[in-house]
Amino acid sequence: MALNGAYGHIAKKDGMVDTSHRTVLYVDGVTVSFDGFKALDDLSLYVDDGNLHCIIGPNGAGKTTLLDVITGKTRPDTGSLFYGQSIDLSKLSESEIAQAGIGRKFQKPTVFEHHTLFENLELALKCNKGVWHSLFGILTPIQRRRIAEVLETIGLTDQVDQKAGLLSHGQKQWLEIGMLLMQDPGLLLLDEPVAGMTPQEIETSANLLKSLSGERTVVVVEHDMEFVRAIAQWVTVLHEGRVLAEGKMDEVQHNPKVIEVYLGE
Amino acid sequence: MLSQLARLHTRRAWIYILSLTILAVLVIPVLNRAVPKDSVFYLPDYLISLCGKFLCYALVALAMDMIWGFSGILSLGQGVFFSLGGYAMGMHLMRVMAGEGVYRSQLPDFMVFLDWKELPWYWLGFNHFWFTVLIIILVPGLLALIIGFFAFRSRIKGVYFSIITQAMTFALMLFFFRNETGFGGNNGLTDFKRILGFSLQEPAVKVGLYIISALVLLISYLLCRYITMSKLGRVLAGIRDAESRIMFSGYNTLHYKLFVFTLAAVLSGVAGALYVPQVGIINPSEMQPANSIEMAIWVAVGGRGTLVGAVIGAGLVNAAKSWFTVAFPNLWLYFLGVMFIGTTLFLPRGVVGLAAILAKKKLTGRDSLQMIDSE
Ligand SMILES: Nc1ncnc2c1ncn2[C@@H]1O[C@H](COP(=O)(O)OP(=O)(O)O)[C@@H](O)[C@H]1O
Ligand SMILES: [Mg+2]
Repeated sequence: MALNGAYGHIAKKDGMVDTSHRTVLYVDGVTVSFDGFKALDDLSLYVDDGNLHCIIGPNGAGKTTLLDVITGKTRPDTGSLFYGQSIDLSKLSESEIAQAGIGRKFQKPTVFEHHTLFENLELALKCNKGVWHSLFGILTPIQRRRIAEVLETIGLTDQVDQKAGLLSHGQKQWLEIGMLLMQDPGLLLLDEPVAGMTPQEIETSANLLKSLSGERTVVVVEHDMEFVRAIAQWVTVLHEGRVLAEGKMDEVQHNPKVIEVYLGE
Repeated sequence: MLSQLARLHTRRAWIYILSLTILAVLVIPVLNRAVPKDSVFYLPDYLISLCGKFLCYALVALAMDMIWGFSGILSLGQGVFFSLGGYAMGMHLMRVMAGEGVYRSQLPDFMVFLDWKELPWYWLGFNHFWFTVLIIILVPGLLALIIGFFAFRSRIKGVYFSIITQAMTFALMLFFFRNETGFGGNNGLTDFKRILGFSLQEPAVKVGLYIISALVLLISYLLCRYITMSKLGRVLAGIRDAESRIMFSGYNTLHYKLFVFTLAAVLSGVAGALYVPQVGIINPSEMQPANSIEMAIWVAVGGRGTLVGAVIGAGLVNAAKSWFTVAFPNLWLYFLGVMFIGTTLFLPRGVVGLAAILAKKKLTGRDSLQMIDSE
């Protein structure tokens, strides 16, 4: 059992995801069913490189399930998932997908409550994730600086030595985004990143997310139209496990099918 | 290297550790060996053996704290790893006294009794001390690696993992109970004569074993402390608190769980091996499922995820047990249950947590032995 061998073959691909066709994520004909109920129904979706792509849809539309299949938590019954041109996500485990450069924020903020903010970011830091490296490795000055930078970005520099459990709900969301940034991912998947935030916090988050796209691709799952309107470059509307509409925010907003699903309820 | 070691604790904590070590390996032996028997300061031999036994329990508790307290994996099979280490040592002690048993045979007495003519293959090699040491480490470690691999790979967690390890404990106990298995059946292995040429009846040898146990405990403690202070320790605690976040941060949790489960098994095995020459017997009753549960209680009482707590808990519960089983033998199990429920309800961080609260009230300063989680 090679305890530290897991990283090697992924590391080579890391950071060099092949996006020569401008598409960073391919979801092709994916179906996921739970006891016969199709949470995702022959779903196809493509995410362009560098985009800030929002996926909206009412509760139960399958948004979280979609992130689950992309990140390896749930395996699709049928369909294929590719990261760039060459990385077949259906063949990789959760940790390998993370190492390949896909970072994910959960719907319920998930941080290490008993660790300090510094330690939270340290754990997320992009580096060799093998057992022996964790046991003997020490942070380089560059890595420490990177942690300080990210703390600055998420605006939590003053709480660096505080336990994450003491943060407010909104701050935990930011910390989790900060942890994703430490992974230096090519593709960020954020599941309802502004749920439970005050309007002020939402505005800060919107600016944060906008600043992140461009050099990397950001996919935001939301059901709050207002927030999506503020940030989205491209919108996919999901309904009952299928794509209902797709396009720029203005187009989507005036799509009669979307109006029916959203305003009909 | 030395500076890395020094960083494991504050100066104050190091002074405590040093004092405790001196007390354990110098003062106590002197009180037993050099003080006249009629003096009030004299420590009788039986107390030395008792302390030696407690040190072995403390080592198991330390292992339990690594796997449960820090990593959140409630293994209820540590008693098996402890016993396997103990049996390996017992087999060595039987082999080095070949020809001196009741039947004057080259075979252990129980084999003569079963009318066996030659040593089974799995008893070969145990006449060598170093081979035995290797087995003490390898067998518990490999068993943990195999069980852990299948359980963790299938993502078996929480109470399901506890049940699996209890089932393993029960199965192995039945296996060792059988005479045909070749480990002495329900009587186990006993009547040992000497270790590395020293008579086990000698009080001086008993003191020696006790000192070795204390030193092994100290080294194991520092090893565990080093691990828990490293990033590896933070990953383990992360697995305990939010496993999915660890996985989605790119860590293969299977490897981490295997590491800590195997480490805990090896430490438990070493504890068993030190225990057997001091108590003079190993039999399948050490593998009773209840024993493994008791080990978890030691850690809960002392305080999970603190290492010191595990050591203190093992000492406290076993001291209480020694007294209770003499004074009120029927009540011990009830008392143990009450102690477990009491600490779970009122002292979630155990005795060490209580001490930290009291110390904070008094000093409003830092904890003496920095606990990982003192609010
Ligand atoms: N593990 C599961 N088992 C059974 N049903 C599930 C499971 N996960 C999700 N579902 C169902 O799939 C549908 C889509 O859920 P989800 O992806 O969480 O929706 P959303 O995130 O868009 O609100 C829901 O009807 C939900 O009940
Ligand atoms: Mg959801």
